[in-house]
Amino acid sequence: MLLIECPWCGPRAETEFSYGGEAGIPRPADPDALSDAEWADYLFYRSNPRGAHRELWNHAQGCRRWFVVERDTVTNRIAGSFRLDETVPVPASAAEKQPEQGD
Amino acid sequence: MAAGQANRLPRGGRIDRSRPLRFSFDGKSYAGYAGDTLASALLANGVSLLGRSFKLRRPRGIVGGGAEEPNAVMQVGEGAAARPNLLATQVELEPGLAARATRGWPSTRFDIGAALDSFGRILGAGFYYKTFKYPRAWWKLYEHFIRRAAGFGKAPDSPDPDRYEHRNAHCDVLVAGGGPAGLMAALTAARAGARVILADDDVEFGGSLLAGGDAIDGAPAMDWVAGAVAELREMPDCRLLSRGTVFGYHDHNFLTIVQRCVQEADAAAQGPARRPVAERLWRVRAKRVVLAQGAFERPLVFCNNDRPGVMLASAVSGYIHRHAVLPGRRAVVFTNNDSAYRTAIDLAGAGAEVAAIVDSRPGGAGAIGQRVKELGIPVLAGHVVSDVSGRRRVRGAGIARWTGEPWSAVEITLRIDCDLLAVSGGFSPAVHLHSQAGGKLEWDESQLCFLPGEARQPHDSAGAGNGKLSLGDCLADGLRAGKAAVEALGLNPPEIEIPATNESPAAPIKALWRVPAAKDADRCPKQFIDFQNDTTVADIRLAVREGYRNVEHVKRYTALGFGTDQGKLGNINGMAVLAETLGKPIPEVGTTTFRPAYTPVRFGAGAGESVGALYDPVRKTALHQWHEAAGAPMEVVGQWHRPRYFPRNGEDLHAAVARECLAVRNSVGIMDASTLGKIDVRGPDAVNFLERVYTHNVDRMKPGRCAYGILLGEDGMVMDDGVMARLAEDRFYLTTTTGGAAQVLDWLEKWLQTEWPELEVWLTSLTEQFSTLAVAGPNSRALLEKLGCDIPLDRESFPFMHVRTANLAGMPVSLFRVSFSGELAFEINIASGLAPDLWRKLMDVGREFELTPYGTETMHVLRAEKGFVIVGQDTDGSVTPVDLGMNWLLSKEKDFLGKRSLARPDCLRADRKQLVGLLSRAGCTVIPEGAQLIERTGQRAPVPMCGHVTSSYHSASLGHPIALALVAGGRGRRGETLFAAPPGREPIAVEIVSPAFYDPKGGRQHV
Ligand SMILES: [Zn+2]
Repeated sequence: MLLIECPWCGPRAETEFSYGGEAGIPRPADPDALSDAEWADYLFYRSNPRGAHRELWNHAQGCRRWFVVERDTVTNRIAGSFRLDETVPVPASAAEKQPEQGD
Repeated sequence: MAAGQANRLPRGGRIDRSRPLRFSFDGKSYAGYAGDTLASALLANGVSLLGRSFKLRRPRGIVGGGAEEPNAVMQVGEGAAARPNLLATQVELEPGLAARATRGWPSTRFDIGAALDSFGRILGAGFYYKTFKYPRAWWKLYEHFIRRAAGFGKAPDSPDPDRYEHRNAHCDVLVAGGGPAGLMAALTAARAGARVILADDDVEFGGSLLAGGDAIDGAPAMDWVAGAVAELREMPDCRLLSRGTVFGYHDHNFLTIVQRCVQEADAAAQGPARRPVAERLWRVRAKRVVLAQGAFERPLVFCNNDRPGVMLASAVSGYIHRHAVLPGRRAVVFTNNDSAYRTAIDLAGAGAEVAAIVDSRPGGAGAIGQRVKELGIPVLAGHVVSDVSGRRRVRGAGIARWTGEPWSAVEITLRIDCDLLAVSGGFSPAVHLHSQAGGKLEWDESQLCFLPGEARQPHDSAGAGNGKLSLGDCLADGLRAGKAAVEALGLNPPEIEIPATNESPAAPIKALWRVPAAKDADRCPKQFIDFQNDTTVADIRLAVREGYRNVEHVKRYTALGFGTDQGKLGNINGMAVLAETLGKPIPEVGTTTFRPAYTPVRFGAGAGESVGALYDPVRKTALHQWHEAAGAPMEVVGQWHRPRYFPRNGEDLHAAVARECLAVRNSVGIMDASTLGKIDVRGPDAVNFLERVYTHNVDRMKPGRCAYGILLGEDGMVMDDGVMARLAEDRFYLTTTTGGAAQVLDWLEKWLQTEWPELEVWLTSLTEQFSTLAVAGPNSRALLEKLGCDIPLDRESFPFMHVRTANLAGMPVSLFRVSFSGELAFEINIASGLAPDLWRKLMDVGREFELTPYGTETMHVLRAEKGFVIVGQDTDGSVTPVDLGMNWLLSKEKDFLGKRSLARPDCLRADRKQLVGLLSRAGCTVIPEGAQLIERTGQRAPVPMCGHVTSSYHSASLGHPIALALVAGGRGRRGETLFAAPPGREPIAVEIVSPAFYDPKGGRQHV
């Protein structure tokens, strides 16, 4: 079970949170101007990386705030939690990625 | 010597001879002592045959002394409290304990399946895949046979009477394993001031020291253990969990420990009224973890090495020292390393005759060899035990000279009679938790074992589990790991001296993965690698011949490491034989993956207190007591309990619902709608925000207006619906479906926080704070007027789809003129504390109008008569508002969430499923909900389906059944006939009609 740092409440168990998918996907300003393919890209396609992943979490059983977590999808290591109004540092480089692990 | 305990030594051991007790095994009564395990007590009584093996039904006895035991799998207890699949080596003996072997069928001594052993060749690797394959129709029969024959324990057939609990804990350092290394690490961390949890799966702390005659600082090692434990117990921030198995190592240093509770102590603490906790599941978040779970001794792989009486050398020593049990009188010790020499010394010291130590190494042992010689024990260096004789019990060892060539055939030149064969093939560190935590494993060629490599989480390994097999090294490694842990925590490590031990240097182990036989490996008697799963050397070689290369595949094909074993006993031997067969080095073959649980965990421990009434929280409305008193059966909606109907004079559901429906249509009814989600939205940007998420034109609503609103996902599918009321310029009030309340609030918050943080809007859930009483029917206005309302309720002053604040019967309320029944109706919102009072007053005054309480079932029928959908019943996440015929709700003048998706090609298809009404042609059949719709009858399967029934009821108001359905292109097919095809029933001819069955023009709600 992950230990997630809520920027407002501090570290809490994963069971207090709900997951909101990949972060940093802004809603297009003018959806009508997009082609079907462009809209589908916004709607359905996610990066699903092996390694550092910026994702939204909501402290559902706490302060109800959404925030960004940078989590390594291989090791589950969390590089940090950020408020949405913070300038988020550059994501961990590919060089820091964990080597292949069995599962 | 107690009667019957022929193998019990007259003195010594850690048993309590003042507390003799009786227990039974396979229905026969035996004597033992407190401090025995079931296994040690059985050995004391000379019970050597404990069960039959899984596949080949060979007689089996006790091999080990702990979690690695493959054979002594027991069903303990009777009836509901029976516990299947316990290892006799881990069951503490209690007075009256009743155990049965789970493998014998029909009995341990006579086993029909034993005949299968003769057919060993057809039961080789992949036996199940090959044999029980054809014909397909027989699969069920095969399954029955396999389950019968497998003979694992029986699950109790009634609820588990035992009580379990969960506890959460946090600590600085969790030490798993209370042997010399674990104790040393815990002492180091605790003295540094860290909060420590020390867990050990045994009854007592001490680990390997419990089983031997070690000395520390010139005194018995257990004296040192007692001192260390006493010191730790004194520490305020140190928690010691004996009988506590760390069985799971999860992400972010979250570990799970199952603790078997001492019933008497718990019962005394909690009083007799409550059943004591049987097991406690600890959920621990640790800053640092030290894994000190020791090592498992490996058996040696030779012909008939599974015969009862072949035991691990360390287990034999353990039974002698700890339980004062001598498992045999005349022993042969067979080893490829020095450790078993101590067992020979232990056996001789306990009065057994050690006929020989057979050492596969040409050079024999190190310094300990001299001690053995002084005791007069013959040593056969450069020899192996190639085969054993005896069936239900070892009778002798067949010994051959061996040159060291892996696959060479050998000749048995010497036979030694014995009733015990103590074997040691070296030690495998218990790397299970390290591996569960994502840590890597590294092969150590000098010690012939996998060691914990790089860790992924903040943990460390120490002691035998880290490849430190001598006691001195264990203590030093525990100190090192303890210091590393406290340093990582920013604490100062204490100065501790490593206690002195008196070990002599050992000669190195030499690889002996498979003992050569007189014939080649595929023709010689069975050489077992995994006793529990009957996996042999020949099975692994066969798997390779059939093309299996990957260790994970070979594992599954041969069942190596399945069951409770999980790779504890046979894994390394199996991988080594695989490597040898493939001609590859062992590290290249690799290991299989270790997963939780380390040892079997009872379902009850996983569930904890979350059973029965505590399984899920129950939400009740403020009016719940009234509903219960009225005898209403409850329907569970989400976690809410809602009255389904209010039966009178023994009515059934249908009679009650028909009466309630007619009461609403003809006079007035009342429903508790308090479970609707309620969200207060306020702020200068409230309109702006709601415009973006709702599909209709929110800015056109004047304060005092209500509107029906739907929420779409960005994919354009209907997510939830409800009423929106504008209470003021900057204040709205939303209702959601009962089940969607939390989801909608989260959804709105997500957009507000992640996408539009510049909007000044605040959302507050009011679901619990306000109760909603829906009063519906032509007499609803008269009822409220009679009750006393301080505002005019007539149509002109308070039109349909408006909201007013008012005083009703002297109580402050909000009145919503909305209707989910199609009748003149008012939804009264009132502070939950006042709701019961208002409800009672309504019922009093309502007598004149025959005011009828109604439940969810009537609500469903009334809305279906109007063609109003229920999100989640008539929709399923793939339905757009256009599919529902709600185009009128979609603003053309603005963007809203999901709008763009409605223009996707898939959402524009003409053959999308659309909401329609259905009438059965016969006129009287209620079509089953969920029934598929087909075009024609008499077609061959698979029949194309063109839709399905989503809601279906008998309508008392209309006098016939009605149904709602989603039908491909349905709106353009009014008047056509389809067939509803419920499974196992005759197809029902239905006509597609408008979903608005009752008062289609909507005149009744506007009066
Ligand atoms: Zn929070």
